[in-house]
Amino acid sequence: MTNLIPASAIGTAYERLDGELKVTGTAPYAYEQPVERPLHLYPVLSTIARGTVERVDTAEAEAVPGVLTVLTPETAPRLADTSDRELAVLQDSTVGYRGQIVAAVLAETPETARQAADLVRVRYAAEPFSAHLRADDPALYAPEELNAGTPTDSSQGDVEAAFETAALTIEQTYSTPAEHNNPLEPHATVAQWDGTLLTLWDSTQGVHAVKGTLAQVLGLEEEQVRVIAPHVGGGFGSKGMPHVHVVMAALAAQCTEGRPVKFPVSRQHMYSLTSHRTPTIQRIRLGAADDGRLTAMSLDIVEHTSRIKEFAEQTPAPFRMMYASPNRRTTTRLAPLDIPVPSWMRAPGECPGMFGPEVAMDELAAAAGLDPIELRRRNEPETDPETGKPWSSRHLMECFDLGAERFGWDRRVTRPRSVQEDGWLVGMGTASAVYPFMRQPSNTARISYEQDGIYSVQIGAADIGTGAWTALTQIAADALRVPIDRVRLGIGDTRFPAASVAGGSSGTASWGGTIIAAAHAFRADHGEHPSPGAATEADAPEDPEAQDFALYSFGAHFAEVRISADTGEIRVPRMLGVFSPGRIINPRTARSQFLGGMTMGLGMALHEQSILDPRFGIFVNHDLAEYHIPTSADVLDMDAVWIEDVDEHAGPLGARGIGEIGIVGSAAAIANAAYNASGIRVRDLPLTPDKFLA
Amino acid sequence: MIPFDYRRAEDAASAVALVTGHPEAAFLAGGTNLVDRMKLGVAEPAMLVDISRLPLDTVDVQADGRVRIGTNVRNADLAANTHIRLRYPALSQALLAGASGQLRNLATTGGNLLQRTRCVYFQNPSTPCNKREPGTGCSAVDGYTRYHAILGASEDCVATHPSDMAVALAALDAAVVVLGPGGERVIPVSDFHRLPGTEPQLDTVLAHGELVTAVELPPAPPRSAYRKVRDRASYAFALVSVAAALELEDDDAAVPVIRDVRIALGGVAHKPWRALQAEAVLRGAEATDANFRAAADAELRQARPLGDNGFKLPMVRNTLAAVLRDLTGVPAPDAGAAGTDHPEGPDGPRGTGWEDTTP
Repeated sequence: MTNLIPASAIGTAYERLDGELKVTGTAPYAYEQPVERPLHLYPVLSTIARGTVERVDTAEAEAVPGVLTVLTPETAPRLADTSDRELAVLQDSTVGYRGQIVAAVLAETPETARQAADLVRVRYAAEPFSAHLRADDPALYAPEELNAGTPTDSSQGDVEAAFETAALTIEQTYSTPAEHNNPLEPHATVAQWDGTLLTLWDSTQGVHAVKGTLAQVLGLEEEQVRVIAPHVGGGFGSKGMPHVHVVMAALAAQCTEGRPVKFPVSRQHMYSLTSHRTPTIQRIRLGAADDGRLTAMSLDIVEHTSRIKEFAEQTPAPFRMMYASPNRRTTTRLAPLDIPVPSWMRAPGECPGMFGPEVAMDELAAAAGLDPIELRRRNEPETDPETGKPWSSRHLMECFDLGAERFGWDRRVTRPRSVQEDGWLVGMGTASAVYPFMRQPSNTARISYEQDGIYSVQIGAADIGTGAWTALTQIAADALRVPIDRVRLGIGDTRFPAASVAGGSSGTASWGGTIIAAAHAFRADHGEHPSPGAATEADAPEDPEAQDFALYSFGAHFAEVRISADTGEIRVPRMLGVFSPGRIINPRTARSQFLGGMTMGLGMALHEQSILDPRFGIFVNHDLAEYHIPTSADVLDMDAVWIEDVDEHAGPLGARGIGEIGIVGSAAAIANAAYNASGIRVRDLPLTPDKFLA
Repeated sequence: MIPFDYRRAEDAASAVALVTGHPEAAFLAGGTNLVDRMKLGVAEPAMLVDISRLPLDTVDVQADGRVRIGTNVRNADLAANTHIRLRYPALSQALLAGASGQLRNLATTGGNLLQRTRCVYFQNPSTPCNKREPGTGCSAVDGYTRYHAILGASEDCVATHPSDMAVALAALDAAVVVLGPGGERVIPVSDFHRLPGTEPQLDTVLAHGELVTAVELPPAPPRSAYRKVRDRASYAFALVSVAAALELEDDDAAVPVIRDVRIALGGVAHKPWRALQAEAVLRGAEATDANFRAAADAELRQARPLGDNGFKLPMVRNTLAAVLRDLTGVPAPDAGAAGTDHPEGPDGPRGTGWEDTTP
């Protein structure tokens, strides 16, 4: 057990410190960073899914006044490391997916660059390709491991035998579609190369991650790369690691005699260049005794990946630890396709991995004649079923009980399709949420005393809209035992010490824990009355004891759904999320994070799907008119609350992270509510009106 | 993006002359769709003739009860016009069901009629499309067809017209006033848009250079309504929409008889689809849910659903019945909310048909 930091600023609902800058439009995002005499880059994207570029004719494009050059596989500078084929832009003539960069125009204005890009003629030698995810694809393979080091398969006991003899069985296939992250701020990079130093103003979830990757790919020393990102308009994982556009901008900056290059990725181009979430096919079998206690659970997952770069989403992860059962099995197989590269999207693994299983639990509850909450209560594991480790803090049932009371769960009519109001079928549903606690190593914070009581606290962290500017300032203030207006925080710049990516809901715990360690070291070095200029750096504290526990946040989602008996239109008038996330640093920004996750879960449930046309290998609905996310009219009464709970095993903050758990399980709660309303069990997201037509 | 000339029209006649004299010129009004298409590389006009400042922006109620709507009346203003709201609710409802508040503030009456399909292949110049590039083939017919036609399509094009307003206008029997080099002509709105046939590049019967100057509404029908079914609560194109204008023999009858009815469907065809078969069934018939559904079935007999959009048949049937029930005060039948004991249960799924349409 670590010593928890006493809370003073921590736990206070401060408004965002960067709020005024943002609402007045003066917070500089990557594209708006003022640079001298920039050039503008517009890419030419491949129109075949697989094959080679035989010839790029740039004459017409280069004849347009204002065009500096057109980079092609023949003329682009060479990279030092092309092993990551997603990033090896213009390094050879192969095409691995449709929408891949095959040339890039540099021009004096964005309009000229775009005009000239239309005039670049590319001749291809096309090859047969595959862009259709099928559960029976003979090319399915088992990856070595899944994302975040998760084992590919798992097995305990004898699932087959237990399933055969189970009193109650559920055997169904569920699916989630491909989705795109679609942050409000499209990806953008401004790159400047002065011959020794590469400066990148990038929209990223981790400046140090970009620095490390770009130095490696370009063959530069890390000191030769500086990355700046003070404000980021969302990422949801798609800005967690640099995608090809960052390398493209950096490469182009080598061809401009020092002039900066601006490369804003268009919304349409994001659908092929900046990653997406894999679709999943989830075959689930549950076996249970008459009383609902699980005796067998298996989950067999099929996902896709790009043939040029593997990404294996850890979809079975939550199924392995969520409920008690002596016999359990999971497998994950990938279909390698000639498509854009999938990657992280909010709660990779947990998000899709809690859709099928949580709907299956609802089906089992119905089969057992049990309330869905009672079914989960009967299957609460005493220890982590996967590892046998004790829980640091498992308050799942408290979340359900509090939520049931607040939501009015007792008014739910068990029998589906029993409630109708004004032509709308009404129902309620619930589902569990879970997210693992992650704390990243490789963090360092620097604290220095300026003067007049002001402390400078620097760490190369990122605020992607989460509230990190505010929360880290609160943590630093308490760690230094000063008011928050004495803290001058510096984040979003590689001139500040190394920090991990804003991902895995790990930022606040990882960066905050490091700031606390640095504050303690600073006080040890310099006392309560330091001299101006006094400075101390410290690394993230080790926490070997955490290895002895299973550390997870839990939650319970409740949803009310109304479905038009005439048209099948589905609305969600009420959603409630109850979470057990450990300590909350800032209730205001935390609530915003939970509601944001739940809103994204609402979108996952009702709207979001990237339609991959297998004949072309493109996502055809590649803009926000055709790729639907919730509008304001879709988001009605939504609330998030949490159980006050400080996790003594989750580092000195006692906080487990809140960025992702809001989306986990929310789509299942809505699907379960839709079943309760309509009697129609939809197992394939999204829940569009056509699926409820009578 | 390609450089283009920009001219500001002095008056309607000179605007017509400018566009008529230049084969690659186009009129610009609100720009909410044309400018998008230019950004996407779908439209490449060499000259834009801006008519947005012409004073064709009034709604005039005439002595005979007709209403003349200037082409530059903004969608938001038309929807909010008191006379339209009270006398032509279908039109106001349709306008408010379209696009977003910001777009409706810019989009004009004429422009709304002339917006083009949002078929994802039409809007993506890297895929074949007969409407964008005649002769290249239709990518949609065997592709992603959730928003595509079930009525009146051809093998060359299965796109739908995206307008909500135009569907209401079709049910209201409106007419489009057009100024061309040879003078003015008036086109019934149902004849204004075309079916694709072998020339899907032509959305309307307008000749190059003809300018929509107004839309005319006949005197208001006693009852009218518009209902749009879409994938989210706002800012989405119709899966299906229904506009209906209706007159009863005797408003107070227990089971009223329909004297006259006009129905138009949106989201199902290359144009606002006048449901003439359904109208024929209903004219003179009693207003009952069974008759409404029979009328829908009569219309849908000619439907040819595509891979992803078979659901539009029951959706049209249900929505048409619902709109007519609302207009006539017929109560809804029991929607089956009598409870069901786990129709799928542990024995497997009930066949709902949609599994096959998941791409």
